[in-house]
Parts: sequence; C-alpha cells; structure tokens
Amino acid sequence: MSASIIVGLDGSEASGRAADAAAEAARRHGMRLVLACVVPWSPYSFTTAEENERRSIEKEREARSAQERVLDPAITRLTAAGDLEVEGVVRHGHPAETLVALAREHRAVWIIVGRVGQSRVRTLLFGSTPSSLIQLSPVPVLVVP
Amino acid sequence: MTSSVNVLAASFDEQVDDVFAPISEFITGIVFAAVPLDFIDEGVELPLIVVWLVVAGFFFTVYLRGFQFRAFGHAIQLIKGRYDDPEDAGEVTHFQALATAVSGTVGLGNIAGVAVAISLGGPGATFWMIIAGLVGMCTKGVECTLGVKYRKVYPDGRVSGGPMYYLSQGLKERGKGTLGKVLAVLFCIFTLGGAVGGGNMFQSNQAFAQAQSVTGGDDGWLGFGAAGAVFGLVLAILVGAVIIGGIRSIARVTDKLVPFMAVFYVVACLAVLFANFSQIPDALWEILRTAFSPEAGFGGVVGVLIQGFRRAAFSNEAGLGSAAIAHSAVKTDEPATEGHVAVLEPFVDTVVVCTMTALAIVITGTWADESSAAGVETTSAAFETVAGWFPIVLAVAVILFAYSTMLAWSYYGLKASTYLFGESMVVDRTWKLIFCVFVVIGSSSTLDAVIGFSDSMIFLMSLPNIIGLYILSRVVKRELFGYRERLAHGALLPVAERGNTPSATGSTAASTGTDGTNPTPPPTADPR
Repeated sequence: MSASIIVGLDGSEASGRAADAAAEAARRHGMRLVLACVVPWSPYSFTTAEENERRSIEKEREARSAQERVLDPAITRLTAAGDLEVEGVVRHGHPAETLVALAREHRAVWIIVGRVGQSRVRTLLFGSTPSSLIQLSPVPVLVVP
Repeated sequence: MTSSVNVLAASFDEQVDDVFAPISEFITGIVFAAVPLDFIDEGVELPLIVVWLVVAGFFFTVYLRGFQFRAFGHAIQLIKGRYDDPEDAGEVTHFQALATAVSGTVGLGNIAGVAVAISLGGPGATFWMIIAGLVGMCTKGVECTLGVKYRKVYPDGRVSGGPMYYLSQGLKERGKGTLGKVLAVLFCIFTLGGAVGGGNMFQSNQAFAQAQSVTGGDDGWLGFGAAGAVFGLVLAILVGAVIIGGIRSIARVTDKLVPFMAVFYVVACLAVLFANFSQIPDALWEILRTAFSPEAGFGGVVGVLIQGFRRAAFSNEAGLGSAAIAHSAVKTDEPATEGHVAVLEPFVDTVVVCTMTALAIVITGTWADESSAAGVETTSAAFETVAGWFPIVLAVAVILFAYSTMLAWSYYGLKASTYLFGESMVVDRTWKLIFCVFVVIGSSSTLDAVIGFSDSMIFLMSLPNIIGLYILSRVVKRELFGYRERLAHGALLPVAERGNTPSATGSTAASTGTDGTNPTPPPTADPR
C-alpha cells in the first residue's frame, strides 16, 4: 500500500477547501487520497431502550447519508480529472481519534482538515477537531481555513 | 362556590382510592399467599413469592459457582469497551445497554422502598437487602445472557429481546414449546401489570408525596384535595409527550440528568453519613445485630429477612425479567458478555444505592418515627437533618428517577403488548394512553393500595420467568462457562492485543445489525 493523505470531511465549505488542498498535494507527490467522514458518536453516551432497539438501523442510515451527501460528491469532483486514486471511508466515533486511527491504517503522511468556525464558548466546552488532532496525531496536520 | 369545588375536588382523589384499594387488596391477597410460621413467633408469615425469588438467586449462585463474583472484573473491562470490535462503532455498546437498564431500575424503590423495608423490618433489613442484592446479581446475569441469546431481530433491522422470546424460543428448543408459549403470554400479561404498577403508579405516587411534602405538606400549594390528580396529570402529559408525542428531546435531557442525579444522590447520602460521622460504627452494629436478633414486635428474623428481600427484589428487579428487555439490544456475538455486564446492575442498584439510603435512614433514626407514612418521607426526614434545603434536592432526584423509570417501563409494557396483540399502531397507542391514565391514578391513590398492587404484579412476573430460567439453566451454564473457558485460554483477547488477525469465533447470539437481512431501512426510520 502506497503512502496516503487523509482528509477529514464533514460537508462544510472549509472541509471542501481542505479536500482541494489535499488533492493538489496528492498529485504533486503521487500519493493516494483517503476521504474520511466521521459520524460523531460516543460509546459512553446515554440512550433510551427504544433508541437502542433501532440503533443498528440508525447507524446504517447515518453511514449512508454521510456517504451520499458528503463523500460521493467529493469523490466525483476530485476524480473528474482522472489522475488521482481516491477512496472514501465512513466511520463512527470521536472525530479526531478516528482520523488518527485511519491515518495509522492507511499509512498516511498527512492529515488535512478544514477549520470550521464555531463560537468561542463551544470551542472552550467541547474543543475543536483540529486542536484535538494536533494533540493526538502521529503525523503532520494541515488545517485549511 | 369555591368550597363546593374543593369538596368535589377532594372527593376525586378519595373516589379513585375507593375504587382502586379493594382491587389492590384482592390481588395482593392472592400473590402474597403466605405460610404462617407460628412456631417461630406469633404472627410471622412467610410469603411464598419471596421464597421463590430468593431460592432462585441462591440456586443460580451455587449452580454457576458464584459466577457473579468471578464475573465482576471482566464485566468492568467489557463496559470499558476493551473487547469491542472497532467495526461495531456506532452500535449499542455494553456501557449503553447497562446504563439504559440502570436508569430503568434506579427509581423510587431505592429511595422509598428501602424506607418501607426499614420502617417495617428494622435496621437489620438492610443486611438482608444487601444479601438479596448479591444473589440477585447472578439471576440478572442469567436472564440477560438468555435475553441476548434468544433476542429477536425484526426484518427491518430492529433488535429486541426479553423473557417472552427466551421463554417461547428457548423452551421450544428443549421440546417444551407449548409450555414456553404459555409462560411467554403469562409473562407479558404480568409485565403489563408491573408496568402500570411498580413501573408507573408507585413512581408517580411517591413523586407526588415528595413534591407535596417539600411545598409545605397539606397546607402548601400542593395541599388541596385534587392536588394528586393535578400533579399526576402534569406528569402524565410529560410522559405522554415523550412516548406518544415522540418528543425525544425531553427524554434525552432526563437521560443525561439521571446519571448525574444518581451520583448526586449518593453524594448527598454520604453527606448525611459524614454529618453523623461518630454514629456510623453504632449504626453498622445495629444493622448486623438486628439482622439476626431483632427486637420484639418485628416478627423475628424471618420478618426482617422478608422485608429486606422483598424490597431488594422490588428495587433491582432481579428475577423479574424486565432487565433482559433493556439489555438485549447490545451489539455482541457472545450472549455471555451481556451476562457478565448485567451482574453490575443489581450491584449498583442495591449494594450501592439502596445501602446508601438505608445507612442514611438508620443513622439519623428517622425510620423509627411513626408520625409520617413510611416511604419517601422517611428518607426526606433523614436528609433534612443535614440541611433544610436537602429535601428539595431529594424531591428533584425523586421526580427525575420516577420519570426515567416510568419511561423505561412504558417501553417494557409496549414490548409485552406488541408480543400479545401484534405490532400495530393501534396496540402501540392504546397501551401508551392506558399507561398515561395510570400515572394519574397512581398519584391520586394512597400508598398502601399502590404498593400492594405494584408488588403483586411485579412479583408475578417472576413466576413464568424463573420457571424458564430453571429449564434453560443448562443453556446458560454452557454459554457462560464456555465463554469463560475461552477467555481463560486466550481465545478471546482485548482488541488492543489482537494483532492483525482477529480470531473468528462462532456467534451464538441472534445476529444484530442490518447486514444481509435488509439493506434498506423501512420508511418509518425517523428523519434526524
């Protein structure tokens, strides 16, 4: 498996720009591009019995929606020129941790994400994916504004 | 004019009680058929149903060689997710299944039920309650192993299980199909009763009692005649909003609050204990001493033991089968894993939370006070010895616990009614409406009538369930011991130690997930 670049996609404009930057880098260095969409999910959240009953269906639905709404358009756009090897992955989990796990699996040399503007309060409370990535990532992280 | 309205209103609560009390007494009389034990002490009676539950607990503890104690360490690793396949991210984890079940069981049984046990049986009831909790852990593990093993995967990908499925399927496998079907139907009927009784009326009754007492008792603004009905109506609307109206946001908020409330409740109990620090050794001694040699009037050791066991069973629901419904949706290939995790439920519920309540009540001595009805007010009085505002904290906890328990039981009842009458919108809505009506009846009735009915129905669930557990005991033993053997020989490794080739082990659980069964979910899937 050749070296790759991981892009975290969430459907936002910034993540679209991150994908463009990643595509350019991948062309220049002849690397694979892995587009990753992580559905935020925690194994320790509290759920009702009714939600648990439907969880498998929900998971499938979330994954399909991520594939159709986020990944497929991006893959179509980036492969249009025909000179790139692009792969899409949908995972459930903590966004930053999952991107790091994917980076290990795909022998990524970079992780590229978009900077999503969110309020200071939100960032203070929940952190942001780019800042947690910087703490966790074993490879260089590029944050695209 | 106002006075006549008041009289009318006052008589409403009484009317509800007049109609309901005789029904309750009749059923209680049958369920709690007791053997008089006059040779021990005058007036001591041994309710057979309590014997039934306790014998089952001890039988499985011996038969599975103290499984609940050996399972403890591995159960903690399982809920930490150390054995979860990363591929299963997004599915129901062991932690979530346990948390859902715990929020259903930690209810007023832990606050009011314990107070009833100690008021009637003396401090020694605490000791027997803990023992009942410890053996109940084993029964719970057995139920939940079976719950996962025989759970049902619907064509649309939903997963649910419970005693009705292991009774009908499991017994069929053992050549007792007809008996299995009969037991499953009986279980469902009793579950409907248990859901409106202990899972609903008892909760709303005690939530109202606490709300009334912190707002000034009979003279406060919840002191008027129909206050119970009004309070019940508000609660019924809140319950209905979630279960009928589908307003999930309310449920989601309480789901997040309940775990914090539970921790907070334990901390509050600890505060009561520390405020009376010097009396802790005395209280512990009192509990141990009266467990074996109670004072006259409590009806001998058996009387104390019965109170302890009865309230413990009411609180942790071990042997009743309800928890198997909540645990069954977990994502696992090994039914035994949920059996391990489930033993933690009575531990948290009875050994930790109930014991905290009991210690607070015994240490402050409020159990001996006969001026107020035994129940949540006893616990409230114990809390009041620390600070005047503590009962208000308790009231918030009580209402939240009551609410989450009601939501959980409405789901158990729904599963029972769809098993009995088939999956349809009519069945679904009818059940949920009936459930809401009983919220109002519960808060309008007296405690005795409600407790009698709640206990009867909830304990009746244990009849078909435990018969099934006995018949399926060899299946459970094979599952649990087989799993532990593979675990001991290193066939099952934590994910982190598995390396690149995960060991393929045959699944013995009904398969979860939509993989292969149905690639397209039904249109009923809620849009996000």
